[in-house]
Amino acid sequence: MLQAASDPLMKVENLVVEYSVGGKTIHAVSDVSLEIARGETLGLVGESGCGKSTLGRAVLQLRQAVSGKVLFDGHDLTTLKGEPLRKMRRRVQLIFQDPIASLNPRRRIGDIVAEPLVIAGVKDPEERKRRVDEVLSAVGLDPALVSGRLPHEFSGGQCQRICIARSLVLNPEFVICDEPVSALDVSIRAQILNLLEEMKARYGLTLLFIAHDLAVVKAVSDRVAVMYLGRLCEVGPSEQLFARPAHPYTALLIEAIPVPDPDVVRPRACRSASRRRRSPRPPAVASAPAVRGPMRAVPARCRNCAWWHPASSRLAITH
Amino acid sequence: MSGALLSVEDAVVDLPTPRGNLRAVDHIDLAVGAGRTLGIVGESGCGKTMLSRAVLQLLPKKAKLSGRVMFNGQDLTTLSAEKLRKLRGRSLAVVFQDPMTSLNPVLTIGTQLIETIQEHLELDLAQARQRSIELLAAVGIPAPEQRLAQYPHQLSGGMRQRVAIAIALSCEPQLLIADEPTTALDVTIQAQILDLLAREQQRRHMAMIIITHDLGVVAGRTDEVAVMYAGRVVERAPTPALFKQMRMPYTEALLAALPKLDVAPHTPLPAISGRPPDPTRPLKGCSFSPRCRYSAGRCTTEKPRLSPAETQEHLYACFHPIAAGAGA
Repeated sequence: MLQAASDPLMKVENLVVEYSVGGKTIHAVSDVSLEIARGETLGLVGESGCGKSTLGRAVLQLRQAVSGKVLFDGHDLTTLKGEPLRKMRRRVQLIFQDPIASLNPRRRIGDIVAEPLVIAGVKDPEERKRRVDEVLSAVGLDPALVSGRLPHEFSGGQCQRICIARSLVLNPEFVICDEPVSALDVSIRAQILNLLEEMKARYGLTLLFIAHDLAVVKAVSDRVAVMYLGRLCEVGPSEQLFARPAHPYTALLIEAIPVPDPDVVRPRACRSASRRRRSPRPPAVASAPAVRGPMRAVPARCRNCAWWHPASSRLAITH
Repeated sequence: MSGALLSVEDAVVDLPTPRGNLRAVDHIDLAVGAGRTLGIVGESGCGKTMLSRAVLQLLPKKAKLSGRVMFNGQDLTTLSAEKLRKLRGRSLAVVFQDPMTSLNPVLTIGTQLIETIQEHLELDLAQARQRSIELLAAVGIPAPEQRLAQYPHQLSGGMRQRVAIAIALSCEPQLLIADEPTTALDVTIQAQILDLLAREQQRRHMAMIIITHDLGVVAGRTDEVAVMYAGRVVERAPTPALFKQMRMPYTEALLAALPKLDVAPHTPLPAISGRPPDPTRPLKGCSFSPRCRYSAGRCTTEKPRLSPAETQEHLYACFHPIAAGAGA
């Protein structure tokens, strides 16, 4: 339903992020453009090292972009510094992958969740407590029971609830979820995914949901962006993208999901293309890595495809 | 159960903790024959890793194991440390979840492979080296000769797991235990590693145990599945039979909680409410009853026993199994 409207809440334009490692430059994010409408969930998928977390961090200005813009509600975050940036960050929050590691083990839950309020200058302890209690109840924890306890007393799923509470305490508009369920068990994963959906409706959030598992991403996203080696290779509405993947890499990711049905004849896993595209400059289309291995033929027309176009003769699509 | 390569008989593992005794494995019977694959499925803390460690005789020092672990006709619980050391790595191999911590970071891949090979097989250095190269090639590592001189940190997660598998396969084991072999890996790499394990298992006619929390991983890749909950096996069946007709509500709930590709976005997932019981405070009744939607009557007062359904191979422990005609 929710297409990128004329007035997107978050707009990323030609973002480039580079790391320099041992004298070499790694293109973590190469020329990525995205739009996320108000109230929309955009899923961002890709394998480890494809740059999806870097993209999330660059949006929050936790990583300096080399070039490009990050427009949040019309303001270019890349040009903001100091107090204006800090003010803007209150509206954009982040949830991390490892819920246990992202909580300070020596601080009490009540203090951890109240910290964003302290930083935001909410001086009245009563007011802070009221807001912490409200958000803890919202994520399904009893404030009276949990506020005085330490992170090690909680399971991974509960810690992730605490992290979600902390990210929501400032009433943000935009939340970046960076692999929020990949460290969790199957049964707890479903609880947390449902909770995120609930919180999105309750607080009117816009989400950027980063994960490597397409099934998880499909469960929560209106649109999905597939990232490979620092570039977006396909962006489309979830249903359409899963029903008819335009890009061979998307098809490969979908095929790789384990199906809990022994009768499903699974194609053998494709060898993923060489991941060694870490040259100083993004390669021309001609030198893009070919996808090898068995793969079903894919439609030639691509919705929003980056450098290796499915129609390209460089792409070896074989059975 | 006769003729099984490995049979675990009435295994119980107790761990003393400051909060009291923790029964990690509670009266488990299992068997795997040569050339067969068994999947063990369950959530974190259900005892699946402790069970595999009991098989390998690698339990923590404080742990107490009772019951028998019969491997090739020998009871592993009675073997000396010396004999066990000869067996592990040779006939009994294991692949752990995290290849970064299971490989030694300060030794090259070559050293780690050659060490294992020379420990168990009577080969000289040149032969062991040659075998290492062949093994790395067999597990799909490009340029195996150059890899021998590399350290684990120079390889990606998927490549490291391939090396760990090569080490496990190096002495042609009879039984390979893969403990969450793909949990630390990406979806595409996961499929490659599972295919690799299946291929090597077939080729070498090994017995294999795959331990995982994802029912999707065991479907189509195992002959038999045992579902564990709170230290017990709550359902065990040949894989096709299990997926055709699940009897235990926990198995059904575990499957339902998986996000599926054919479901529209924003459909709430049928999550299992609550969490597993505290293993130091065992429940009187069925351990799953507090989270089970079918729980009623004696579920909270009496423990259901693992007993056969329509066929002798399909076992489940439940008073109110999911309907298949026969009442409980």
